[in-house]
Amino acid sequence: MYEWNFAYLWQYRQLFANGLMVTVGYSLLCIVLGLAVGLLAGIGGLAKSRLIHLPLKWYVELFRATPVLVLIIWFYYALPVLIGVTMTASVAAVLALSLYGGAFYAEIIRGGIVSIDPGQSDAARALGMTRFQVMRRVVLPQALRRMTPPLMNQSIMQLKNTSLLSVLALPDLVYQGQAVAHETYRPLEAYTLIALMYIAILLPASKLVRRLESRRAE
Amino acid sequence: MIDIQGLQKSFGDHVVLKDIHMHIDKGAVVALLGPSGSGKSTLLRCVNLLTIPDKGSIRVGTHEMTYSGDATRLPGDRALARFRANTGMVFQHFNLFPHMTALQNVMEGPLTVLRTPKAQAREQALALLAKVGLQDKAEQHPAQLSGGQKQRVAIARALAMQPQVMLFDEVTSALDPELVGEVLGVIRDLALDGMTMILVTHEMSFAREVADQVVFMRDGVVLESGPAAEVIDRPQHAATQQFFARYHAGMAA
Repeated sequence: MYEWNFAYLWQYRQLFANGLMVTVGYSLLCIVLGLAVGLLAGIGGLAKSRLIHLPLKWYVELFRATPVLVLIIWFYYALPVLIGVTMTASVAAVLALSLYGGAFYAEIIRGGIVSIDPGQSDAARALGMTRFQVMRRVVLPQALRRMTPPLMNQSIMQLKNTSLLSVLALPDLVYQGQAVAHETYRPLEAYTLIALMYIAILLPASKLVRRLESRRAE
Repeated sequence: MIDIQGLQKSFGDHVVLKDIHMHIDKGAVVALLGPSGSGKSTLLRCVNLLTIPDKGSIRVGTHEMTYSGDATRLPGDRALARFRANTGMVFQHFNLFPHMTALQNVMEGPLTVLRTPKAQAREQALALLAKVGLQDKAEQHPAQLSGGQKQRVAIARALAMQPQVMLFDEVTSALDPELVGEVLGVIRDLALDGMTMILVTHEMSFAREVADQVVFMRDGVVLESGPAAEVIDRPQHAATQQFFARYHAGMAA
């Protein structure tokens, strides 16, 4: 029988704490940047001009069709060679993950806007509002409320995806877990601990989303 | 007040408006009647350019828009918005803004489009709600109102823009019968006040009572047009007679 010994990990608590900070830090950054990209791409995808909405559609389709890990690796190893710019693992990782998240956020945002009853924009336009005013005063306030649960779900996925940044040797929670596992020869405890740490963050987050969804359904 | 010349509109291959000419004097109340698919709702939506016609010209008061069928030179969003601010429209399914109270709904036009100061907009909105009999519902959200109340708020919202023309698109068709009366009452009062109005409606008795002019449409053309009582009581065309057959039978009973 294997003898579990979590107490042995206590001496490495600083490493785990750092890893957690890095994970949360990258998650927040990639969520915020991803939302910014998603908002632009989502609303831009509704533009009438083909010059605007076509490239955005291609971006969304491309990034949704590529695995995150492949994107992260490509952005770090291939992109610098292509454009002749050296970039740190950090920059490549944030770029890849933000653009990846942005593509999914864009679809959620576009879908949310389109789901608003066209009668709403009819009434707003009939009052004499410009398309910008219709969006800002009538459509977006309603759409954002509708989009919040799926946007939060996607953000939870963004956080989980940061675990892949360990592949570029970025010192996130997974990386620290690996480091400790290798040093202590106790992979079971180390990996179980980091799994539990992820769950500790993500389970309450999921519950919050579930509660938001049920409140909306009333 | 309203002049429509040579209006044409198709949706893809389906021709909805073939060639419409219409003139409406200031203060006149016109009822647009006809079977579904006749193009009456599309015509109404062309008057305030919610639907852009393929060809023809529309004049509402001093605002005029002409379409030559040249798709590359459509007027900009701003020009269209300015045109629409001049007309008020009330919809079959109310289309009240659910994230705002009744009062905020009525204030929205003046606040956002006319840039009226908030206090003034509020005062005017309360007066309009009182006019339609709903001043005590000012702080309620649309979800808390009955269909008839929602429609009356919608009328107040349209009136807040002080339009020259009011357009009503089957505004009682989605209401329970007992709620129809309160909305028709408000419309009747507006007519008596001298508002120029176009009503697309199935309420024949109301049309006969309140409208000055009836325009009967079928398959995208105006088949008959004339004083309300005349067109409804003594239709000339076979199609018009058929349309009013049930109404006549009901009236005779």
